Amino acid sequence: MKRLMVLIGSIVIMFSCQQADKPAQAVEDMEPDENAERIQTDSISGLVIDENFELIRGQCTACHSAMLITQNNASRDGWEQMIRWMQKDQGLWDLGENEPKILDYLSKHYGLKKKGRRAPLTDVEWYELKDEL
Amino acid sequence: MNVSENIKTWNRRRFVQAAALTGLSSLVPSAVLSGKHLGDLMTANQQIPGKHPDLIILNDRPWNAETPAHLLDQEVTSMDRLFVRNNGLVPEKTDPELWTLEIDGESAIKPQTFTLNQLKSEFQHHSLQLVLECGGNGRSEFDPPAKGNQWTTGAVGAPKWTGIRLKDVLERVGIKDDAVYIGYYGKDRHLSGDPNKVPISRGVPMSKALEDETLIAWAANGEDLPLMHGFPLRLVIGGWPASTSGKWLNRITIRNQIHDGAKMTGQSYRVPCEPVAPGSTVPDEQMCIIESMPVKSIITYPKTGAMVKPGKSIRFSGHAWAGDHSVKSVAYSIDYGVNWSPLAVDPPVNRLSWQHWRGEVKFEKPGYYEFWVRATDDLGSDQPMVLPGWNPRGYLNNACHRVAIKVQS
Ligand code: HEC
Repeated sequence: MKRLMVLIGSIVIMFSCQQADKPAQAVEDMEPDENAERIQTDSISGLVIDENFELIRGQCTACHSAMLITQNNASRDGWEQMIRWMQKDQGLWDLGENEPKILDYLSKHYGLKKKGRRAPLTDVEWYELKDEL
Repeated sequence: MNVSENIKTWNRRRFVQAAALTGLSSLVPSAVLSGKHLGDLMTANQQIPGKHPDLIILNDRPWNAETPAHLLDQEVTSMDRLFVRNNGLVPEKTDPELWTLEIDGESAIKPQTFTLNQLKSEFQHHSLQLVLECGGNGRSEFDPPAKGNQWTTGAVGAPKWTGIRLKDVLERVGIKDDAVYIGYYGKDRHLSGDPNKVPISRGVPMSKALEDETLIAWAANGEDLPLMHGFPLRLVIGGWPASTSGKWLNRITIRNQIHDGAKMTGQSYRVPCEPVAPGSTVPDEQMCIIESMPVKSIITYPKTGAMVKPGKSIRFSGHAWAGDHSVKSVAYSIDYGVNWSPLAVDPPVNRLSWQHWRGEVKFEKPGYYEFWVRATDDLGSDQPMVLPGWNPRGYLNNACHRVAIKVQS
């Protein structure tokens, strides 16, 4: 228990240092979303800032970073399946009454997106090729 | 793991849970919560210690990063460029002088523990260039999206590994007639901090385990393995999903059944036994373990986005590989697959290495082009031009690689 208190103490200290050089502020995403609203993301986790976002940051970044969340897209069902898998095999706890809120948030911001059977090549950075031939 | 370490981890785990439940974790830097040490700490500008700064980081805890295609231009992949796929946290203690490898299991005749030094001094050394490719390489293209790290094209590489044959060690211990599979265990730690949880423990059937090219390796490209790639000891099983090539290896168990370790069962590293429609829910019993990886190729030169002058020849090069098989031919198209022309392709330096291909192409008319490459293996199987069969976890995308070219005067 004593060890635990020391740990909490040092976390608080580390947190204040982190506060100083990296304030938890929102960064504006350059891409306007479909509703022409500006999406704000959390500068520490990269998660979209919206209702219940702290809940996701609190419950879902204890084991892995939020990068694993922000790079995925799934339907509400798909997110629920991932949570069930983590609960069965990876030690994720029962999310209780938070679960529907978490699922709402995830399926709203990281929902399905259409890609088709083969997408066009995008984000190409053009450069002049100086080939020796 | 000794008792005091256990207590420490458990306190931390209880704290993680408590913190998460109270919402405290949102106030705490995640590095503290995960209890990670140097191997897992990222540098300020998000780089993995010891890795090329241009790797694309998909996840920083656990580390997962892929290599942009043009950085794979080397014939033998250097270790700072090899992709990283960690399932857990890098182990804390990796002293090679104290490192041991235990061989046990229902089908081991005389279970035995070897020190690393014993492995190095008592068995014959072999050096082989072997392809490691993540089973989920290309996952990002599947529709509907597949869960997990969204790899594009760079979860592949072919360093030259040095070690001993797994076969030689297994035969020293003795293999019972009923052996069917081997399973590995490593010293990496589960993300939850629970010491009783294993991040990953996969394996291969005896026939693959006993191949001449299946190595227990301590070096790559003439140097000790980097910490991120399993220092001081790992398995290297070329041609199969790289998840079979366990890192930080300290135990191999000879099983009388298909190994049932973490990420062997359920849907992990499995695909539907019969093809399914995109988006289907497939019950676990109808998911089959992935064995050999499919034929595939990559364009490593030039980098996508090249602007060239009309009427001028440019050279193209890259690699092709085919799981347990070899590549028979490689062809390219600059008109979306209407016409294909052959490319020169080298034989592999050894079985299960990749093969280099190269060619020259002249674009006569200005415009936007895509350079596509398609390899064919010794069975006559081609790479598809669109996505191959959809599967729930997004494995085995071997659709042909494409780079964009603009021709303008
Ligand atoms: C107790 C630990 C733990 C917590 C807490 C946790 N996860 Fe996970 N999660 C894991 C592990 C372990 C993996 C597998 C990581 C890997 O393979 O690299 C994983 C994988 C994932 C993946 C990738 C899925 C896949 O199939 O590989 C997603 C997405 C994800 N987690 C989202 C979440 C969300 C959302 C939450 C909050 C509800 C959450 N995680 C909380 C342990 C956890």
